[in-house]
Amino acid sequence: MTTAFDPAAAAGRATDAILDDTLHGTHRGIVVDSPPGAGKSTLVVRAALELASAGRPLMVIAQTNAQVDDLVLRLAEKNGELPVGRLHSSDPDPYDKALDDLPNVRKSTKAGDLAGLDVVISTAAKWAHVKGVEPWRHAIVDEAYQMRSDALLAVAGLFERALFVGDPGQLDPFAIVGSEQWAGLSYDPSASAVTTLLAHNPELPQHRLPVSWRLPASAAPLVSDAFYPYTPFRSGTGHGDRRLKFAVASDGSGPDRVIDEAAEAGWGLLELPARHTPRTDPEAVRAVAQVVRRLLDRGGAATSERADEPAALTADRIAVGTAHRDQAAAVRAALADLGVADVTVDTANRLQGREFDVTVVLHPLSGRPDATAFHLETGRLCVLASRHRHACIVVCRAGVTELLDDHPSTEPVQLGVTVKFPDGWEANHAVLSHLAEHRVLWRP
Amino acid sequence: MSLIATLARLEAVESGRAQPLATVRHRHLTERPLVFVPLTTAGEAGAPLGALVGTDRDAPRLLFVPQPRDRDLRFAFLAELADVVLPYVDTYADAVEAAERSETDPETGKRVKVEVELCADAPQLILPSRAGVEFVRLLGRSTRFRRTAEQEPEAPHPAPPRVPLLGRWLTHFGERARVPGSALLLALTDVLSRHWATGQSSLEDQHLGALLAWIDPPEGASGAAAALRAELRRDARGQLVCPPAGPATDPAFDNKLLAPAIERYDRARTALAAAEDGLQADDRLGELTAAEREIRALVEQVTRPTWDAVWRGLDLLRTLPEGTHAADRWTRDRWSFTGHRDRITAGEPPQPRRDDAVTAANKLATREREQARLDAQEALDDPLVMAGRRLVGEAFAGEVTDVVMAYSESKRPSPRPLVTVRTDDRPHLGERTKVYRSLGGKPQAAEFVGYEESSEGDGLVVLRIVDKMGRGKEPETGSVPEKGDLLCFTLFEHEQRGGAKLPDPEETPWTHGGPPGEPDAVPQPDPVTEEDML
Repeated sequence: MTTAFDPAAAAGRATDAILDDTLHGTHRGIVVDSPPGAGKSTLVVRAALELASAGRPLMVIAQTNAQVDDLVLRLAEKNGELPVGRLHSSDPDPYDKALDDLPNVRKSTKAGDLAGLDVVISTAAKWAHVKGVEPWRHAIVDEAYQMRSDALLAVAGLFERALFVGDPGQLDPFAIVGSEQWAGLSYDPSASAVTTLLAHNPELPQHRLPVSWRLPASAAPLVSDAFYPYTPFRSGTGHGDRRLKFAVASDGSGPDRVIDEAAEAGWGLLELPARHTPRTDPEAVRAVAQVVRRLLDRGGAATSERADEPAALTADRIAVGTAHRDQAAAVRAALADLGVADVTVDTANRLQGREFDVTVVLHPLSGRPDATAFHLETGRLCVLASRHRHACIVVCRAGVTELLDDHPSTEPVQLGVTVKFPDGWEANHAVLSHLAEHRVLWRP
Repeated sequence: MSLIATLARLEAVESGRAQPLATVRHRHLTERPLVFVPLTTAGEAGAPLGALVGTDRDAPRLLFVPQPRDRDLRFAFLAELADVVLPYVDTYADAVEAAERSETDPETGKRVKVEVELCADAPQLILPSRAGVEFVRLLGRSTRFRRTAEQEPEAPHPAPPRVPLLGRWLTHFGERARVPGSALLLALTDVLSRHWATGQSSLEDQHLGALLAWIDPPEGASGAAAALRAELRRDARGQLVCPPAGPATDPAFDNKLLAPAIERYDRARTALAAAEDGLQADDRLGELTAAEREIRALVEQVTRPTWDAVWRGLDLLRTLPEGTHAADRWTRDRWSFTGHRDRITAGEPPQPRRDDAVTAANKLATREREQARLDAQEALDDPLVMAGRRLVGEAFAGEVTDVVMAYSESKRPSPRPLVTVRTDDRPHLGERTKVYRSLGGKPQAAEFVGYEESSEGDGLVVLRIVDKMGRGKEPETGSVPEKGDLLCFTLFEHEQRGGAKLPDPEETPWTHGGPPGEPDAVPQPDPVTEEDML
């Protein structure tokens, strides 16, 4: 059974079905669930190109300017002739300067200037300001699970039919004020766009991309089991396809040992002694920085199916993920002290949709006396644990398992709200018990 | 909880007194707030037991329901409440000033200024605690759809004439209270704990007596001990000396005093109904009146301490000068009040049971914008709040050590002076991070250029000022910082942009279920499902 699984063929079948529904289906909407690194962007680009080549102009709605620019660049890469419009805000530097080099990309702050182009792309926030135009026959909504229902409400009048693509396992959209008042309503404005869409249109076809091309064979089963228990996916590569080697041998320190463990197994847990700490736990932050420093110093080389030759593990292929912004700032400062630059350090929210060879994660519950809903959120851990192509190293204080047992989920159950499975509590336990097999104890 | 609030709580524990979290008052208090201390009946959701209500601290109006399960008595209570609340609200409805509002002209589609009325002041409702605010919402929900005898002459149990109107106003107050920074309806415990940090948990801060004990302990006593006494001390009859602020009552009060008194009242009423002649009826009426008076005394006994505590809390708040922007937010409250006044005058139906998709989205957007506005305004108004933002790296203050004139590279060069600021703060500045300072009440933006090492080794931040310097080649006087100036820059914006306009409810898109249908005049029962037939 397992030997018969051909990831490329399975992914191809799924994509064909989606494109068939998009081009020839009769439903007003199509929803595509995509696990991390399953080729969501590739699908969006392909669907846009096929719609455009079928003579059907379309609008594309993404959530951030970075996502929009990325899509424009990918579209231009696939088809340099395609007339693309980039609708942008009137802020200074509203789009990536690289777009200026693309002759077929027209940029404007007014939708009217872009009328008639095959593809017009912008953020949901900018689209919401577009009024009084003829609705597009087609739209593609990217990262639809990270889009809030009220954002969809503001733009849904601009299109007749739409393809909604997104990852249900990542962070849910959030509101900075309470919205319990509307919990249970089908159009709760703080819910995700897909939740509202499906509540009102349950008959819409739902597709799923079955293969993650990003996650290595060591990571896909864990991420699939812990975060997508009812919609499992596979890794597109086998166990031998990805290798991480270091030129410099281990010096026996904690950071070096955990790096070797992660290079071997794909996962590594650097466990510091149990302690309650402030959010910016100085020891844990320093440990994260040291791991990154050693990753760079030891001359890593990553072999993957992408190229015959191993690629050097450089700073831009490494990321550090945290739960809070102040933690990210503290890690950045610690890295600067060790002379490390160009390593991406950010919160889970901002790492969504990005991909690296190796990630170093400061566990959201490390050193905490309590486990709040924020820190337990399934999507947060899922984002942090699914950004890597080769290995993920988690830095954490001991005692998180006990902390979890002391804080079972006690969120009030709201009538009419679909309970999400798995809950963060369970997902955290699943990840921790797997990480425990790759634990390196270290007292800094 | 922010780091600075945690520190303040630790200090409160150590010193035995609440510590200030603010140096100014961040909520507007009107000269004549209406204080409302309601009580409910245990086990009867939404059945009021009594209340103290009024604008005069020495002469509250006492309302009580001798038998809370009696619907007619409940209506009598609500009618009496309406007699207090509605005249109070009306006093603010008539005093108006002229104001301008931009509206979309239906013919041209352009935004035009329209002259409209704005109420010069607005009513303000003060409840002791958050649970009290929930009770106001509950009263609003349960009364605004009631039908009066005039509306439906045939229906049994008609509501007294002004009760549905009371429900509409209470609903408006309750909804407005959900807007961050609003002051139309305030829960006193929330406002007090915004301004002072106690050494107890925020859950315990919901007990008004304990909270006041921390903020203003009796002479010579520690706040912790006084708070404990406020929570637990009972008199010889086993009753709490500082009764809970409601609307829930203490079980010891319910069981030992209230239940027997209501029983006596019930007995007296039955006896009166069974009276055989006038003389007997007179006697029994006397008994009934006595039983009523007893319940009245009980209600007064457990509401009066809370009533006094609320006024004491207001006094404490009034010792703080009002923050500059609180008035600005109060103006928004006045707009909200004026808007609802106009809806009622125009004969619009009561607020629907549930928001439609567009209304819900609009409310959420407004509240998010108001929250961001509140966070910024509180920091700008109050150095102590700003200190908290500086501590977490969202702002920094320091002295200008150098100003170098520079110009933008364009055909018409504009001034882009480089300003060096020495600061001990550690802001989270990244490449070209935007920062803002207040220049005559308006935000001036600058860009982070880089750090410089000073000879003494402390951090020097180099910024490039990018706006508010006028149109000329030379910046207007006073628009560029000078050497020696003490400035505070924030990483957050000072003003909030309005969001995009949502479609009208009649144009709700298919993704959100299409336009809402006619709202049910009478609530429909839930459909029967399989689970109902277990």
